[in-house]
Amino acid sequence: MKKILALVLALVMVLCAASALADGIKVGIINLDPSESGYRQANVADLNATFTAENGYDATFVTAPTADKQLEAFKGFITAGVKYILVSAAETTGWDEVLQEAKDNGIQVFLFDRLIECDPELYTAAVVSNMDQEGETAVAWLESLNLEKYDILHIQGQLGSAAQLGRSGALAAKCEADDKWTIVHEGTGGDSWSEDEAHAIALAAIDAGKTFNVVYAENDGMARGVVTALDEKGITHGVDGDVIIMGFDCNAWALEKLLAGEWNYDGQCSPFQAAVIDDMIKKLEAGETIEGGIIYNEEKGFDATTITQEDVDTYGLK
Amino acid sequence: MNSKSKNGKKSALGQLLIPLTALAILLLFNLIRDPNFFAIKVAVNNDGNSVLSGNLITIIDNASALAIIAMGMTLVTAACGGQDISVGAVGAIAGSFFVKVLKSGEEITAGSVILGVLVCILAAVAFMMFNGTLVAVFRIQPMIATLILFSCGRSIAYWITGSATPQLNSPIIRAMGMTIPGIPIPTPIFAVVLVGIILSLVFRFTNLRLYTQSVGINQGAARLNGINPTVIKLLSFVLLGVCVAVASMIGVCRMAQLSHKTLLVDVEMDAILAVAIGGNNLGGGKFRIAGSIMGAYIIQMLTTTLYAMNVATVNVKAYKAIVIIVIVVAGSPVIKSKIAALSNKMKSGRQLSTAKGVR
Repeated sequence: MKKILALVLALVMVLCAASALADGIKVGIINLDPSESGYRQANVADLNATFTAENGYDATFVTAPTADKQLEAFKGFITAGVKYILVSAAETTGWDEVLQEAKDNGIQVFLFDRLIECDPELYTAAVVSNMDQEGETAVAWLESLNLEKYDILHIQGQLGSAAQLGRSGALAAKCEADDKWTIVHEGTGGDSWSEDEAHAIALAAIDAGKTFNVVYAENDGMARGVVTALDEKGITHGVDGDVIIMGFDCNAWALEKLLAGEWNYDGQCSPFQAAVIDDMIKKLEAGETIEGGIIYNEEKGFDATTITQEDVDTYGLK
Repeated sequence: MNSKSKNGKKSALGQLLIPLTALAILLLFNLIRDPNFFAIKVAVNNDGNSVLSGNLITIIDNASALAIIAMGMTLVTAACGGQDISVGAVGAIAGSFFVKVLKSGEEITAGSVILGVLVCILAAVAFMMFNGTLVAVFRIQPMIATLILFSCGRSIAYWITGSATPQLNSPIIRAMGMTIPGIPIPTPIFAVVLVGIILSLVFRFTNLRLYTQSVGINQGAARLNGINPTVIKLLSFVLLGVCVAVASMIGVCRMAQLSHKTLLVDVEMDAILAVAIGGNNLGGGKFRIAGSIMGAYIIQMLTTTLYAMNVATVNVKAYKAIVIIVIVVAGSPVIKSKIAALSNKMKSGRQLSTAKGVR
């Protein structure tokens, strides 16, 4: 016990000394586990690359997969006296108390990627993806193709998730409004956005004799599952094929499929919020006021006919 | 002697009665619903190979990974009286070793694939040995022991590959996951047949079946008869490891990529169900691998039927659950003994009436 205590004391002293030496802006960053997905991996890497000592920061990074660990880290940051805390919350509720505590201590909180259900006064700004916009961008792109008819195989993501609601919403609205647009078969990849499930759904649809000319899959993995089924059944797809393939998330491997002309469209779900937050903090430090609240990250959609290798390298999640 | 072996055969068939009936009902149901359900035609896939195509092929093909894992799960169940719930996670780990080897070279060659297969099997066996040691040596309940890898296995898989979804673009991988050029039957089906033949050869030429059953029924008695329960239990986990490795390679090759989050996801529950539907006692002891394989195809046929019937995928799991409850309850000892008692009663009643008639 004494040994542990001594070790902790020594660590605290080293940390104090370190913080005394470094004169960067003290920032605490709480994120989810990078192994969660390619998205998270890119998100963590982006933050690590932005909040560096060279860029004028003294940043501490914590990645934790659960809300209780995140809350612990949050309280730790308040005690350590950081100036800004950045959070991507594992759960949307249960943060009011610590957020209030941070506010009382004059700490500014930025949410990124995920919103928290609380009084908006409790945080400075939230930089998030606009999932509705992602769906609308994709549907607008599909509409711009001016197909004679749109017979759609729709593979949904985890039902009820923000990404699924946004991406399904725009498509459902369009199919409701336009007679040329029909969803001939619909299924969900389930909570794990499973490519196997998507594969099985597509096979069942094809075996049942349904024909479709558009695949609207709500993430890249599930689009991959459907494409595997099409390959097995000898249905051509992509730029010169019979079926249009649409995916989301912009994984590097998926963008390469676009580049190769095997898929047609991939909608971005941008994990790059660091630059926006960096910009806001720099402004605050310079004494300027910033527009707070919910800020939507700009997100693109890529077309197989116009995508370049540079796009793949810049926007592809590795 | 003669009557004894006849008796044995009868009880074995009795175990398969429920899965066979379920399969027959499903087939009949589909035949009535849509006579074209079983139509098989020859199609040309996007690689230019002629392949068989149709619901039946889809069912048999897609059940491959599940059928193989169910075989291994049956052995573990029989020997240890419990189930391994880490098969999906260990599959992800084995798959990531496979991918790691394939991606280490410039190109995927026949040599690197063979090496990959070996490493994949070794990795799965090693991790299963970990489970097996906890169960056999430390006498921890199988479900608790395998909970460890169940919860952390997919993170381990991620550490090994280091990248969220490694891609495998190679004609060899496509041949392994889909069809070999010139052969119209999907390759995964051959994997099931191969594993099935190997296991039946093992049972044919060794006493493994007898030993496994005796350890499962009463390990104290088995030990007194000179069988080492620890070795038998470990062996069952080793064989499960081989099965998991093959299943994981099927999954990886089919999608030509490894996604550590979704590879063989939720397969453990389906595998345990397949064992149960096959009429095996989940508490260990006597087992029929054929029953579990049938269970796997029943589950897959149920899924495909529901999809084909346009049931919204959200509801598929609920319908599946209802049918499975019916099958499992029908095969439960309570219902079985009730039915036996009922048929006995009818028989004796008939005898009584004939006796009366004589008088």
